[in-house]
Amino acid sequence: MAETSIKASEYEALRNNPYLRRGRLLSVVMRGILFACAALSVAITAAIIWVLVSESWIFFKQVPLLAFLTDTHWTPVFTDAHYGILPLLTATFWAAGIAMAVATPLGLALSIYLSEFARPNLRETLKPILEMLAAVPTVVFGYFALLFLTPLARQFIPGLSGFNLLVPGFVMGIMILPYIVSISEDAMRAVPMSLREGAFALGMSRWRMSMTVIIPAAFSGVTAAFLLGFARAVGETMVVAIAAGQNPNLTADPREGAATITAYIVQMSLGDLPHGSLAYSTIFAAGLVLFLITLAFNVIGFFLRKRFREAY
Amino acid sequence: MRTPATARAQVKDLNFWYGKFQALKNINMDIADRRVTAIIGASGCGKSTLLRCFNRIHDLYPGVRYEGAINLQPDGLNLVDKGVDPILVRLLVSMVFQKPNPFPKSIFENVAAGLHVRGIRNKTELEGRVEKALRQAALWDEVKDRLDKSAMELSGGQQQRLCIARALAPEPKLLLLDEPTSALDPIATAKIEELIDTLVHDVTVLIVTHNMAQAARISHYTAFMHLGDLIEFGETQQLFTNPRLGQTQDYITGRFG
Repeated sequence: MAETSIKASEYEALRNNPYLRRGRLLSVVMRGILFACAALSVAITAAIIWVLVSESWIFFKQVPLLAFLTDTHWTPVFTDAHYGILPLLTATFWAAGIAMAVATPLGLALSIYLSEFARPNLRETLKPILEMLAAVPTVVFGYFALLFLTPLARQFIPGLSGFNLLVPGFVMGIMILPYIVSISEDAMRAVPMSLREGAFALGMSRWRMSMTVIIPAAFSGVTAAFLLGFARAVGETMVVAIAAGQNPNLTADPREGAATITAYIVQMSLGDLPHGSLAYSTIFAAGLVLFLITLAFNVIGFFLRKRFREAY
Repeated sequence: MRTPATARAQVKDLNFWYGKFQALKNINMDIADRRVTAIIGASGCGKSTLLRCFNRIHDLYPGVRYEGAINLQPDGLNLVDKGVDPILVRLLVSMVFQKPNPFPKSIFENVAAGLHVRGIRNKTELEGRVEKALRQAALWDEVKDRLDKSAMELSGGQQQRLCIARALAPEPKLLLLDEPTSALDPIATAKIEELIDTLVHDVTVLIVTHNMAQAARISHYTAFMHLGDLIEFGETQQLFTNPRLGQTQDYITGRFG
């Protein structure tokens, strides 16, 4: 660009205006502070991963990866020590899977009902009540499962143990419902009214419109909601630690009790394991597995959302 | 006919690129002081692009490049010079957009927003200048009893006049209007056209419009653009009744092609 002089007096006056000067300075300072906050959260995540990986490294130096993945027993503190993650992993997936089996149909039904069918008054009443569910401490859910629902369920389900995967899985499904409904209902309601009008103008019923227009249009948000719910169920600790028992148990029967990864970590952290021992490092190996599972679901969610993102 | 005006801004050899695409080619024109200059042309001709150079709003997006000059008189400040801070340019040049975009605040706070930016906090001064701007925008009588009500409660036409008041309150050197009535009904449009006519006592107006009748009605000068070129520029009356070029003739008579 040609050299042009910036001599204009009014511009100079604006440039030297102390108030505007402070404003510009503030903007620069705030940019720095905001960047620092963003960098801090990235750094903390990196530090957590570093601790997980480096402590797990100690574990995997002594336990071969193959044994970790294929051994069917998890007995790190026994004299006959086995380090197979499978019992913890299956219990985790049983509990989270049962939770999703409960939360998926209920969550979809609730979000469609709230977003498309419920009158505004009813929606404004129902949503806060549902969201109150999220305010219940998870430890309350845990004891609710152990002391109320399990005895009740044992009258109907023969062979149900006092500690089992079925009831805490069910309770977790109810527990994650508000998160799922809140996000997926928002996604459905964000579908522009013009699409609804277009669907109704073709003579569609409300139900058909929901199925053929709203759900596809809101697909990315709805998927994100359910993946987030699943990640929460996998990482949930209190309910399963209280109501599913603390006994590593490779089982195909959810009526039995079995320790999940999170329940095991709680149990071990409460004990007095010598720092640096192999049993101590199992906590981190188990934690790393948990982290990888939730990471995998986040990545799947990310790509699904990119793939199905509808822009309006 | 008004007396001939001096130039408020001079566009000199202005070129503009979105990435590799050249959207403006060697534009030269003078913007007359306290007059309405209209820019017309088909969609994609670069008329909005040209308008948006005047307040550097393009700078919000990556990959844009200016060459040449828009000299704001009387000081001759080149608005598109790299060394000129776009934020300060916007303190000198106000803009009103196609769709009314009031902030989710009260009517008063909307008009005062540009004054707050400049550090004006004195209550009496704020009230005086908000009233003056609302009067200039022909909105005062409709809103004077509910200045603390949300701007979102106003009708579309009122919202657009509020946006004009918001742009006028800091007393800009230049007021840019980007198709300000295309989202409005004919009555609201008529009100805004009327108001533009009174505005030119105080401020220089540059307006982009799709509506040729509107350009003919409200502007003193008209620029006709096509594919990034300024085809013809002159007094509105002359351009619409006796254009120099056949291409202009075709466009204004609707035989565009």
